[in-house]
Amino acid sequence: MNFYRSHILIGIDDSSLEAGVKEIEQALQEELSKLNLTDEINILETGTLGYFGTGVSMMVYPEQVTYVNLKKEDIAEIAKEHFLKGRPVQRLILDNTLTRQYDFNYKNRIVLSNSGIIDPENIDEYMGAGGYEAWEKALTSMKPAELVEEVKASGLRGRGGAGFPTGLKWSFTAPLTADQKYVVVNADEGEPGTFKDRLIMEGDPHKLLEGVMLCAYAIGANRAYIYIRGEYKLCIARLEKAINQAREYGILGENIFESGFSLDIFIKIGAGAYVCGEETALIESMEGNRGNPRSKPPFPGVSGAWQKPTVVNNVETLANVPAIIKNGASWFKEFGVEGCYGTKVYTVMGDVKLPGLCEVDMGTTLRTIIEQYGGGMKDGKKFKAALAGGAAGVFLNDTLLDVNMDYNSLKEYAAVLGSGAILVMNEDADMVDMLWSVIRFFRHESCGKCNPCANGNEILYKTITRIRNGEGCEADLDEMIKVSDVMNQTSFCALGQSLIMPVRSAIENFREDFLARMK
Amino acid sequence: MYEAIFSKYAPTKDNLIYILHEIQDQHPQQYISEEAISAVSEYLSITHAHIYGVLTFYSMFSTKPRGKNIIRLCESPPCFLKGSEAILHSLRDILQIKVGETTPDGLFTLELTACLGVCGNAPVMMINEDVYGDLTEAKVTKIIADIKGRI
Repeated sequence: MNFYRSHILIGIDDSSLEAGVKEIEQALQEELSKLNLTDEINILETGTLGYFGTGVSMMVYPEQVTYVNLKKEDIAEIAKEHFLKGRPVQRLILDNTLTRQYDFNYKNRIVLSNSGIIDPENIDEYMGAGGYEAWEKALTSMKPAELVEEVKASGLRGRGGAGFPTGLKWSFTAPLTADQKYVVVNADEGEPGTFKDRLIMEGDPHKLLEGVMLCAYAIGANRAYIYIRGEYKLCIARLEKAINQAREYGILGENIFESGFSLDIFIKIGAGAYVCGEETALIESMEGNRGNPRSKPPFPGVSGAWQKPTVVNNVETLANVPAIIKNGASWFKEFGVEGCYGTKVYTVMGDVKLPGLCEVDMGTTLRTIIEQYGGGMKDGKKFKAALAGGAAGVFLNDTLLDVNMDYNSLKEYAAVLGSGAILVMNEDADMVDMLWSVIRFFRHESCGKCNPCANGNEILYKTITRIRNGEGCEADLDEMIKVSDVMNQTSFCALGQSLIMPVRSAIENFREDFLARMK
Repeated sequence: MYEAIFSKYAPTKDNLIYILHEIQDQHPQQYISEEAISAVSEYLSITHAHIYGVLTFYSMFSTKPRGKNIIRLCESPPCFLKGSEAILHSLRDILQIKVGETTPDGLFTLELTACLGVCGNAPVMMINEDVYGDLTEAKVTKIIADIKGRI
């Protein structure tokens, strides 16, 4: 093995590929070999480095220098100045004030502990970082019921939006006897503004696989499916590669580690429908049908895919499990707040300096997330609103900046943590336009199965369009809340039930924006 | 003519969406014809109606011929905040088509899409498999011109 003086981590994701990262990486390789540095400096491809809008970025360890917006013509200079002479090229380094604020403390990361550090396409690197130790521990020394108990004791709650206790979900399915059970991973990330699952899968696909394995063992399933959006090409490729590597290593397959337990994981690809994020709609889609949600009960835990007991979990939820099994429930409970343990991955975007993702303790305030991880407001503008939780989220105003972001605290404000998307808006944003955009989205994505959602969305869209065109009146606002309230109580699934949150919060927290559109 | 695709998948309903994806990808006009529906119906032993229902449910499928390059501009709230409406106007002006239409030379189809999960670079669009972010009017003009130049 070679010992390198420096390691250059290059983040490969959709954004950097678009900015030409491959060309730049090649140029760097050429420059380093010209200078005879290839034995001293190591180039590593990794997942996202965590922030966006900065073109091609790379991070150099151990110096911890982050270069951004790299162009091909900068490479010769970096190679010569930094890697030969040891003088980082200041003009290309990410604004120091921003990096200092940004928390690179990987100790507080669970889900993203390897993202941006290891090569996601190499199983050895994952294992080098302690990967698959939990899987081995579980198979060789734990009973399935002990796994369920451990996850229950950790207090882990589903990270897809609703926050249902994960261990409890598993405990419904584990004791059932059936000729076949399934684990299904919900990787149909469609909540607008959410891209955490994409980055988890791109940056550390083996962690998700290990979570799936542990869940499968706990509930007694020997087939698992990852249902992933058709648009996520890079994720699909990396997961396929990871699954094949795991099969080669005998980590997946028949009689794993001679435990008698067999498991295989398959990828299922979606075709573009937001409603398929709803677990029963997702199952319908997996079976080759239109993604219409099913009636509950029976819940998937009892009768899911092909009418067999099925546990459906979100990507981030399962990515937490290996660390819980490896380190124990009490270790996990050191993170977060009472009742909501662990961390949460947020995607911060909109009018902030440094859009990107971060993993922080549950209960971190919105203000901290925006200022510390989003780099603060862009262009010196003032904060006006944040749409938290995606389209099925709530519009928060500045009085809610210091609310703890966890499932319980947000509930007090009729808000939800949702998927962890935080869309930040400055003083120039108009909430009439934003709500219009949210409703347009729902109107398009309603599956049309039930009347309240299909017709309710149509009414809401017509009303908000009228208000936007300056033809609305104050009574329209009450009408919109009333309609979405009826939808909340009578819609078949969470899609139609969710509209009340953005509609009510926009109208109540930003009423003046709506009144300004009325004559 | 679909045997090569069918041979990869067992004739069970849960493979329908994969088979449709492959048939569409392989068609130069990136759509699923009636004749393809018939072939799939026969192979999987499921009705035309079921297949048509599935096709029209998912936004990635089309039952109409499309252009060589499918532009899918994101219209979800994060991109909307960052000016996707203006980008839509630019695209319409440059291509001289409306949403859902294909240019007469068969090069471009303009579509809107829900969130693509690349919101850090909003506004964003996909052209076939490639993602383009941080769009401005100038950037869009250049992207379209570059694609035209390549042909």
